[in-house]
Amino acid sequence: MSGIKALSPARLLKRLPFPYRAPHVPLSVELPPDTRKVGSAFPTAWARRYPTRVARLAILEAFLRPAVGVIAPKQVHGEDRLDGLRGPVIFVANHHSHLDTPLMLTSIPEPWRHRMFVGAAADYFFGNRISGTFSALALNAVPIERTKISRTSADRAAKLINDGWSLLIFPEGGRSPDGWGQEFRGGAAYLAIRCGVPIVPVYISGTNLVLPKGQNKPKRHHTTVTFGHALIPGDKEDTRRLGSRVEAAVEQLGDEATNNWWVARQHAAAGTTPSLSGPQASDWRRTWALGEQNPKRRRSRRRWPYLK
Amino acid sequence: MSVRRSPRSGLVLEVDRSTPPVVFHHGEGFRLEKLPAGRSRIIYPPEPIDGLADPEGAISHALHNPTGEMEPLPALLFAGMKLTIAFDDVSLPLPKMRRPDIRQRIIEQVLDLAAAAGVDDVHIIAALALHRRMTEDELRHAVGDRVYDAFAPNGQLYNLDAEDPDGMVILGETRHGETVQINRRAAESDLVVYVNINIVSLDGGHKSTATGLSGYAGVSSHHNPKTMVASKSFMDKENSELHKSNWRQGDVIRNAGIKIFQIETTINNNTFGRSGPLAMLQKREWEWTARDRATFLAMQKGLNVLPAARRRQIFHSWEAPYELTSVQAGEIEAVHAKTIENVYAQHLVPVNGQTDILTMGLPYIGPYNVDSIMNPILVMCLGLGYFFNLYKGRPLVREGGVLIMSHPTPYEFHPVHHPSYIDFFEEVLTETRDPEVMSAKYEQKYAEDEWYRHLYRTSNAYHGVHPFYMWYWGAHALDHLGRVIVIGGDERAVRRLGFSNASTLSDALEMAADTVGRDATITHFHNPPILMADVT
Repeated sequence: MSGIKALSPARLLKRLPFPYRAPHVPLSVELPPDTRKVGSAFPTAWARRYPTRVARLAILEAFLRPAVGVIAPKQVHGEDRLDGLRGPVIFVANHHSHLDTPLMLTSIPEPWRHRMFVGAAADYFFGNRISGTFSALALNAVPIERTKISRTSADRAAKLINDGWSLLIFPEGGRSPDGWGQEFRGGAAYLAIRCGVPIVPVYISGTNLVLPKGQNKPKRHHTTVTFGHALIPGDKEDTRRLGSRVEAAVEQLGDEATNNWWVARQHAAAGTTPSLSGPQASDWRRTWALGEQNPKRRRSRRRWPYLK
Repeated sequence: MSVRRSPRSGLVLEVDRSTPPVVFHHGEGFRLEKLPAGRSRIIYPPEPIDGLADPEGAISHALHNPTGEMEPLPALLFAGMKLTIAFDDVSLPLPKMRRPDIRQRIIEQVLDLAAAAGVDDVHIIAALALHRRMTEDELRHAVGDRVYDAFAPNGQLYNLDAEDPDGMVILGETRHGETVQINRRAAESDLVVYVNINIVSLDGGHKSTATGLSGYAGVSSHHNPKTMVASKSFMDKENSELHKSNWRQGDVIRNAGIKIFQIETTINNNTFGRSGPLAMLQKREWEWTARDRATFLAMQKGLNVLPAARRRQIFHSWEAPYELTSVQAGEIEAVHAKTIENVYAQHLVPVNGQTDILTMGLPYIGPYNVDSIMNPILVMCLGLGYFFNLYKGRPLVREGGVLIMSHPTPYEFHPVHHPSYIDFFEEVLTETRDPEVMSAKYEQKYAEDEWYRHLYRTSNAYHGVHPFYMWYWGAHALDHLGRVIVIGGDERAVRRLGFSNASTLSDALEMAADTVGRDATITHFHNPPILMADVT
């Protein structure tokens, strides 16, 4: 174990003796069922009351925005595509990092930014009261079940949308494990059809280099957020078809961010837009292909001298 | 929720004792002036008509349902073709519009269709003729970041270089002997798509390509004293020699086999916003609320203590919330006929009879000083060129009448944008103010000056000949008017222009009495927002 890890607060806390930390439970004792509401039952209504909204605004502007500005300086593209859009919408983005949510919350323009809730994994963010409270306070997160179909989650989200709140959701269901995207789930499309609201596709890039899954220490890197045109559910459109449209739109935005808008349009027209999920190949080839997406990451320095 | 009433048409108000002082634009500031009761009238522009609810849908409809004898745009696009998209430069619209600019909306849709058709060879050209090159920021504002980032780094989006010896071609001459010159890339393309913004009736039609994509050889055929004096006015296509010449050049371009798909747009009069810090400027003074008055006073006080450069910076940062009122695409002449109808629907105000004295306040911006200084020559051009010519039928002021315009007219030039203006002011105007004389004696020299040519091609300078054109632009007014008086101008600059300077409107009216008598009638041209007088 390295010296720095040994000094981490979590580890130091664990090494403290009782009563400085919670007691161990004797193995012979059977604990009564936990009645605390965690997971998808975690109460979050308080997080949308006025005083909490003011506190969240302060957290966002005084802490999250400067922090994002320092560790992940961002460029926002395509805001003009939101011109003329009114009412609640569902922002759907690809997901690489925990940084995605603060990045989006500081990038989404008014009037949506301060009337926005975030769909967060019930099992991860609301697994205990501390992280649940923090997520609800700082991000206005509401728990969404990602391991099973939950009527409670869907009803809660639909009610909020119908009340005029916009939703930010990452339909991949979790952060990318290797830098490539994962298949989109249908929750966002279902809610859009159920509530009759548009979906705004968004592509985020760069956050996988700042704070990828599996790392705790951020590394400074620039990021981009690219908004797409709103997708309005058709009259007879089903969840699967709308979901496919959303995924295709995010893929095209990814192509636009990686290449440029014109190349992306050409690829879209020819049906050759690169997939978010990358090549179906071995791990090393997927990693290799990821480097191809951003040639600047490749070392230009010549490894071997020319022989004369 | 408040419901917006339908926009009112323009108004001709007879001034009486209870009429409040009226706003005169005065460069980067304003004056409130009381007009004499009983013999004055004020022409107010129509209120902004409603913009299209779905601009994207309207653009798409226009591209798929062209006007005149022209196939829908998708039918004109094919793999392997050469496509050139040209668009109006930084001189339109004024002030610049809030993002997204109409040109961006249209160009993106055109490129979407081109991508679907498999078109690879695309060039996008800012059709600036002899205007200054647009900066990267200006190009980004016009076409949007997406288009700019996709095309500019590869050299496929650029400013027209009308002095590039290999980049321009002469197509021939019109039956009147006018040279027709056009950008080579446009001439060699299978299709040219022109994206226009018609802020006034002067713009659009064959002028877009015959002038916008042309150089000195082509432009000098109609930008000359003879044509400009005979254009009565150049805002009225039917009575404009300038347009007739452009139309003849357009025929030559068409006969040369260059296929042009013209896309024209019109915008409303929402220049200063229906709400916000400048909203009172598009209201009638007696309808100003307490808030409007407080804002105006605060603005006046604030502007008075700021240096000129800072005031200029503030005003030029204003982005107008213009809304698209129409878009039509297809064959140039059929398209332009519809465009003019839509421009008139917003701007035209019927006015009964001419006046002895015409007053106007000149704002901080004209077509040639975007992010720049409005130098004395541009003041002359805006007042005697643009505003004087905003009429249909007869000029608002009678022949031999007096024009009073309010502007600080600084003796100041932007050295990067207007280098040849400085020499024109010091060398040409000190010798003659006669357009014919300066055209014969000096124009060629300035047009072919190597240093000006270098600055035009590599910096952000207007072409060497440009100040001559500005002077010619006012040639009809110079020919028509008995006297021109500037209120609050720089004495030396105003005198060099050949005009008289007055400190106040009262002084100016006193001075005008020498020319048109004591009981002369007065008409105030309350512009901008833009209006066009239909004088009967």
